[in-house]
Amino acid sequence: MSDYAVTLSPAVGRQESEAAREPSDEQVLEAVGRGDDDALGVLYDRFGRLAFRLAFRILRDRALAEDAVQEAFLAIWRSADAYKSERAKPSTWILTVVHRRAVDIVRREQSRRGEPLEVAPEPSAGSADEDAVLRDRRAAVQAALTELPGEQRQALELAYYGGLTQSELAERLGVPLGTVKSRMFAGLGRLRELLAET
Amino acid sequence: MTRMAQSDIHDQAAAYALDALDPEDRWTYERHLDTCDRCREEVAGLREIAGELAYEADGPEPSPELRERILDAAKAEPRTATVVTMRRRWLFPATAAAAVAAACAAVGLGLWANSLRDTQPRVVAMDGGGSLIVEGDQATLVACVDDPPAGKAYEAWVIEDDRPRPAGLFSGGCRHVPLDEPVEPGNTVAVTLEAAEGSDQPTSDILMSANV
Repeated sequence: MSDYAVTLSPAVGRQESEAAREPSDEQVLEAVGRGDDDALGVLYDRFGRLAFRLAFRILRDRALAEDAVQEAFLAIWRSADAYKSERAKPSTWILTVVHRRAVDIVRREQSRRGEPLEVAPEPSAGSADEDAVLRDRRAAVQAALTELPGEQRQALELAYYGGLTQSELAERLGVPLGTVKSRMFAGLGRLRELLAET
Repeated sequence: MTRMAQSDIHDQAAAYALDALDPEDRWTYERHLDTCDRCREEVAGLREIAGELAYEADGPEPSPELRERILDAAKAEPRTATVVTMRRRWLFPATAAAAVAAACAAVGLGLWANSLRDTQPRVVAMDGGGSLIVEGDQATLVACVDDPPAGKAYEAWVIEDDRPRPAGLFSGGCRHVPLDEPVEPGNTVAVTLEAAEGSDQPTSDILMSANV
């Protein structure tokens, strides 16, 4: 039995200072890297819902989104021992793996179907028991996005949620590739500032 | 676009952080990241911001069974059987994978571990996509490929003095294929499309190839 076979409320990742009793995300990831499958369960409890929503936002299909999350968590399982905490926060690393998996799947599906998947926004499900931390954070990101110049926001959303490559973005928006790059770069920079203010 | 001029490579960071590079550019950029500390730092910072966008996603809950499926699949995996040391594993598994597999994250490949420090595998880019990891006389092919047509499979070959030896079959998706045949310097590793049960000799055009 591992140290991580404890009941934790599903939530988004925790900071170390938040609860000394609970292992930090880094500690959980280290345990995953040692092959502790209980720790993998803890990691899923902390990030699984967020990961699924991200994948669903990109893929707009439950089964595909679950595939993406499963593949991403198995990739994390296999490679957590190579994770270097100084390179990225665990949450960033995990979301990166999930995001890339989902984007690769959406591109594969699009090329298979020969047309883009629908990228219209999904109406909020508004889960009642949703974790307050997650809800607050979403509200902060939503607020920051609305503050962004429209062109930057559009570039970030089509790239990150739509899975479009920068060339596809340039084509769709009818602007030069360099303009797309500038918008993405400026958009991320501005988003950083806005989130730092909240 | 398929090739980036060196002068353009530094403005790819934001697109890379958003997973918005075209496959060839992703591949090229990741090779560049191997050699550019400043770029790695920049990407790490941009990734963190891009990751914030994930929190905006709303939607349904995953099915309750997903957790169990993941844990069952994890427990069923031989975690040490396919260990390959990657010298360049500084960023993400997805990134390290794409350093060996063009055109796809290759998430799902059991590659990275902290063992075998003495031996440094060589990573050889294959013409046609994919990569070959060569360690001693063992080679592993890593590639992301479309599903083959019905009744077909991809077959790897080790070619020595124009004589191909069958070295393993694989199907579509992101694959990590330890070759059945040993390799030596001067050999060529190639992939063709064959009948699902495999062939004695290659019968199709070469889809990917690399010199060991």
